[in-house]
Amino acid sequence: MSFHPNAVQQRGRITGALLSLAFTFLVGSFFRAQVLQNEQFALHSDENRLREIPIPAPRGRILDRKGLVIAEDQIGYTVSLLAPRESQLVAALRRLTATIAMTQEQQDAVVRRYRRNPSRPAVIFADAQFELVSVLEEHRVELPGLIIQASPKRWYPDGAAVASLVGYTGEISEQQLQSKKFPGYKAGQQVGKGGLELHFESRLRGREGVRFVEVDALGRVVREAGARPELIPVAAPPLPTNIDLDLQKYVYGLFGDSLVGGAVAIEPKSGEVLALHSAPTFDPNRFTGGIPVDYWRSLTSDPRKPLYSKAIQGTYPPGSTWKLATAVMGLELGIVQLDDRMPTPCTGGFQYGNRFFKCHDKRGHGAVTLAQAIEQSCDVYFYQLGLKIGLARLVAGGIALGSHTRSGIDLPAEMRPQFPDSDYKAYFTRKYPGGWNQSASLNLSIGQGENSQTVVNMARFYTALATDGQAAQPRVVQGAAQHTRLFTLDSLQMRGLRNALAGVVSRGTAGSAKIQGVVLAGKTGTAQNSQDPNNDHAWFVGFAPADDPKIVVAVMLEFGGHGPRAAKIAARIIEHYLKVSAMQFIQTEGP
Amino acid sequence: MRRGAQPDYPLVVLALLLSAFGIAMVYSAGQTDYPTVVADLWRRQLAFLALALVASWVVSRASSRVLDFLTVPAYVGSCVVLLVLIFIGKGGLGASNNHSWLAIGGVKLGQPSELAKIAVVLMLARVLSDRKEAPGALVELLPSALVVGVPWVLIMLQPDLGTGIVFAGIYFAMLFWRGVSWQLLTLLASPVISLVLAFNTGIWGAWFLLILALVLWYKPQVVEGVVVVLANLAFGVAAPILWDKLNPYQQGRLKVFLDASADPLRASYHVIQSQVAIGSGGWFGKGFTEGSQKRLAFLPAQHTDFIWSVVGEELGFFGVTIALTLFFVLFLRCTRVAARATDSFSSLVAFGLVSIWITHLIENVGMTLNLMPITGIPLPFFSYGGSFLLASWISVGILVRLSAEGRGPAHSLLG
Repeated sequence: MSFHPNAVQQRGRITGALLSLAFTFLVGSFFRAQVLQNEQFALHSDENRLREIPIPAPRGRILDRKGLVIAEDQIGYTVSLLAPRESQLVAALRRLTATIAMTQEQQDAVVRRYRRNPSRPAVIFADAQFELVSVLEEHRVELPGLIIQASPKRWYPDGAAVASLVGYTGEISEQQLQSKKFPGYKAGQQVGKGGLELHFESRLRGREGVRFVEVDALGRVVREAGARPELIPVAAPPLPTNIDLDLQKYVYGLFGDSLVGGAVAIEPKSGEVLALHSAPTFDPNRFTGGIPVDYWRSLTSDPRKPLYSKAIQGTYPPGSTWKLATAVMGLELGIVQLDDRMPTPCTGGFQYGNRFFKCHDKRGHGAVTLAQAIEQSCDVYFYQLGLKIGLARLVAGGIALGSHTRSGIDLPAEMRPQFPDSDYKAYFTRKYPGGWNQSASLNLSIGQGENSQTVVNMARFYTALATDGQAAQPRVVQGAAQHTRLFTLDSLQMRGLRNALAGVVSRGTAGSAKIQGVVLAGKTGTAQNSQDPNNDHAWFVGFAPADDPKIVVAVMLEFGGHGPRAAKIAARIIEHYLKVSAMQFIQTEGP
Repeated sequence: MRRGAQPDYPLVVLALLLSAFGIAMVYSAGQTDYPTVVADLWRRQLAFLALALVASWVVSRASSRVLDFLTVPAYVGSCVVLLVLIFIGKGGLGASNNHSWLAIGGVKLGQPSELAKIAVVLMLARVLSDRKEAPGALVELLPSALVVGVPWVLIMLQPDLGTGIVFAGIYFAMLFWRGVSWQLLTLLASPVISLVLAFNTGIWGAWFLLILALVLWYKPQVVEGVVVVLANLAFGVAAPILWDKLNPYQQGRLKVFLDASADPLRASYHVIQSQVAIGSGGWFGKGFTEGSQKRLAFLPAQHTDFIWSVVGEELGFFGVTIALTLFFVLFLRCTRVAARATDSFSSLVAFGLVSIWITHLIENVGMTLNLMPITGIPLPFFSYGGSFLLASWISVGILVRLSAEGRGPAHSLLG
């Protein structure tokens, strides 16, 4: 049966049928993979070969009120590595160290960056010098996944002078990447890390572009461009500020390296911040592209805390500068008028209960009016005024004057002042479980005790004194002014207060701060502090010209001794500003 | 070729078309962004083809009587060479520790196993055509099983699982062509199927009941029936238990023993990249030489085992279908040669030779889409390599001769 031609023909047909079946199955399988699943495989194929190389967008420039540059971008170079696997990245780094010195820590950091997003190039040097780049270009053949690209780097022409304002930029941290405040950010991107750079991050950021390079299975870059159309980065528009860069640099110069403290200068009617400085400060340019470890250590170990803003983060007992708040409360409540005297004249102190409260001048001021008490900063007068107002109204009045709230300046991490909240009884009981009494009013009335203010918040309060009782929210960046009425006094009372403040400078405690041709009004303050009882903080808050204030200045010197020293600095700031603006006035009015 | 007879032009033309297609793909396989040694291999493949064509022409001069005469020396010689290879054989390009290459004085001459396949086909044809009737019992299969078994064991000692599978394919195809009943073929294959199904007790149980039913119905000799049942039990039950008792390290060693290229992690990466290459080809492919998976070295062994993936990536479903159609028509044509042969030896030789190609094609093409396990066996006429191209064209030569000796007109394309 088996090799009869008919039997063979039959087996031939069976073979043909089986082959048809097998080939139909194969063709069907290829149809499924190549036509039906094409999209998915094509995507996988693209993922295999294409790597996104981010093109950083230039950050927006930060300009002062006249358009001068506070922060801008310069051309820098970023060096990064593409690797298909971690082991290959490590091998490439080892080859790299043959040419360029790299510490183990630096190498570990690169590996960590790689792990966060293996498909993006792992940054090795965020800010490479041109010499380094040319050396690397020579060794490109040994490092096939090497990506060198021009990328903008932040530059602050005036460096440390503007550091307290602008902050600095740096690579986004792992915590920031995970937080909801930074949506859409990717590892290796630069972000604002403090000051304006942080607060206006979304306006300064721009939109990152992307180019695609083609790599092979070993991570070697095969084609640099043209693999897929690029996404062009979009630069952010410039950020115009109210800062007067000339004044800012002048303030920085006044503080120098020796003084520790903060200063804020505000245009009182609009709240425009003309200058803001905290001393000592740091060089923000050294933060760009990764801060050197030793510089970071020197900043964080410095007991004067250069990274901590004395202008908006430090809180200090306001001392006598606060007496104006007590005076405003007394006037607003109708308890006292500017020429009213208190029952007990000043003889260098005041007996309340079983305690004797000293006046700063132990010779005594005699029977003074409110205006004179402000000029002479008579504590005894204000003790009695405080008692008349009473603790409840002192606390409520202080809160109404903004002593419990942040100034609202458009900078990050502003500290809230320390002041009793509206439930003052609970506050005092919490603070003094052993018991407390009305004598707290005496301390509060002269700006001591449960009261600790930021420099910027004191400046804000004085903008209300410099105008008509409305405080303008301090604003570094240009925008619409926002006013809050702190108190309501008639114009006679306002003028009286301003005259008294002018008297402080012309006749009173800040006599050394006179400016020729300009009537300067302001109040000194000396704040006892618990850290160093022998070295008080020195305050001066004031404005000029007294009859039509153009600038409010608050100066605080840590451990600076007495108020007059701060007053001198404030006077020079005001003098510099008014002379400069007067000159400008003449220039614009001239022929 | 027999004087005066018309050569089987369709068969020759199909083989030439596939060879030209194959060399074009070997050329494309060398076109990578970072050039490798593969870049120049197409020239060597072209030289191999010239050599193979000459060999094919020479072989086509030999009648089936000459073939019959050469069968025993060829078979014995092959077995001796395979035996020697176990001791002196060299590994192939990039292949690990298999010994399939014959080398003299450090010069690799080729892979004798490719020619051994033809010798085995000849020997099988001879043994199977000795008797008038087809083997009707397992005992009667013993001589033919021995003919395949000896070189099979020698090849598994190299070790080379792929070629071992091809031998099994050839054997079953030729038994079928000899007229062995499907029941007997099933019983013969059942232990191996048991081994494959052993991973699932339920499925294996069903299979085992089926075999029992078949044994009772087919009524082989009692001993045979017992042997089949015991063999199924051994492979389906005992083997998995023994396998589980091995620790992973030993399992790995055994896998590598069975197949030198067995490296599960790398193998699965290769198969994924091959699927991506083929799938991303779409209707018409990325264009000749333009396949990115190949250009950028994501595709492994793109000029040998995975050359089919290059076809899929660069020429798309369109190119794949054309190549498959060429193969399909060639296979039908060869089957026709077997059906038209005037004697059983010639018929079995013709069918045995085409079954080599069929097994290679299904395994190799199936592997690129993960339809078959990875065993590095080449694709006829496409994969780079002299020995297999030579063996394939020797087969063409034999087939052309047998076609000329056959009944009826040789020049009609099909039927």
